[in-house]
Amino acid sequence: MIVARGLERRYGGRRVLAGVDLVVQPDDVVLVTGPNGSGKTTLLRILAGLVAPTRGELELAIDRSRIGFVGHEPLVYRELTALENLDLFGRLYRVPERRERIGMLLERFGLWDVRAVRVSEYSRGMAQRLALCRALLHDPDLLLLDEPHASLDAAGAALLDEELARLARGRALVVATHEPERLSALAPRRLALT
Amino acid sequence: MTYVSDVVALTRKDLRVELRARDTLPAMLLFVLSTLVVFHFALPAGTGATAAYGLLWVAIVFTALLGLSRAWVPEAEHGVLDGLVLAPCDRSAIWLGKTLATLAFLLAAQVVALPAFVLFFAPLDATALAGVLLADVGICAIGSLLAAMAAAGRARELLLPLLVLPLAIPLVVGGVGSAVSDDGGRFLLFLLLYDGVFAVLSWASFEYVITE
Repeated sequence: MIVARGLERRYGGRRVLAGVDLVVQPDDVVLVTGPNGSGKTTLLRILAGLVAPTRGELELAIDRSRIGFVGHEPLVYRELTALENLDLFGRLYRVPERRERIGMLLERFGLWDVRAVRVSEYSRGMAQRLALCRALLHDPDLLLLDEPHASLDAAGAALLDEELARLARGRALVVATHEPERLSALAPRRLALT
Repeated sequence: MTYVSDVVALTRKDLRVELRARDTLPAMLLFVLSTLVVFHFALPAGTGATAAYGLLWVAIVFTALLGLSRAWVPEAEHGVLDGLVLAPCDRSAIWLGKTLATLAFLLAAQVVALPAFVLFFAPLDATALAGVLLADVGICAIGSLLAAMAAAGRARELLLPLLVLPLAIPLVVGGVGSAVSDDGGRFLLFLLLYDGVFAVLSWASFEYVITE
């Protein structure tokens, strides 16, 4: 699914990602760990196609439309409601039976009751859950998650753990995290960046 | 049809966001009306219509700049542009949706500004109005692309006028020419060609602007 060799990224003269090798197979769960500034976010953004590597090779045997991405930001419009945001992205991703899919995801992530509330009125945790809905809208084969537990309260984090366990069946997950022990039940491989 | 429906969805989203936030259009309306009022009192009595047409274009260009400076703000918040780039739609649809929305805001400002201009200064004939419309299209097409470039930088407000104003000069020449020249049709043709060339260039290059 993904073969990366010697991925490196520089901003100006500063190297933020140094020589990363990574192979991801369709059912893999890969945890990317490392201290702040070690390049976890940059690696995920390169894999998502948002940033080009300065050096190295990246072979993606997966269509761009089959990747789901959850970053530090929720990637949704603040002035739109959850329903309006998901409807827009559902259209752009050509999601079949869009309304049913959106309703199911909002129910699953506990946002159905606030579906008509603007995102600007959401808490960080609610916005993060909506970001997960957006990333899962098109039922991706590869899910890239950048510190998905950030901003979630204990209940939200537990819900996410359950979801990740469910999502890990039949798709690849690459998760950048400071809490690798949370996902140890998924028997993940680890990629430690320094 | 998919491309058209993507553009419609993206344009409708921009209009809906503006309807909720009311960040851009009220500022554009206030600016263009204030500018025309200032010009009305600043111009000495007996100043000819030609000078007034020039001032109309000053007001139009800077009102458009105001709208363009806000154009990508909703995408900059919450990193939405990344979300749009990740979607499998044609990326030029993002530019076209933004261009159409910005054009709608500019036209809405001019629905108020042009009657005010006629009231304060001089009449506008059909050729002059066609010139305004064509120049609007050009400013929004080029401006949406350049505003996306500027939005990626730190000095967005500083960079945008520096990028847009040099490219807006031919549009001002064409717009003023269509209003004051005896052969206004020639200037309309020039505006049409300029719009066509730069709209195609902006459409084709947008993907490279928003991806590294």
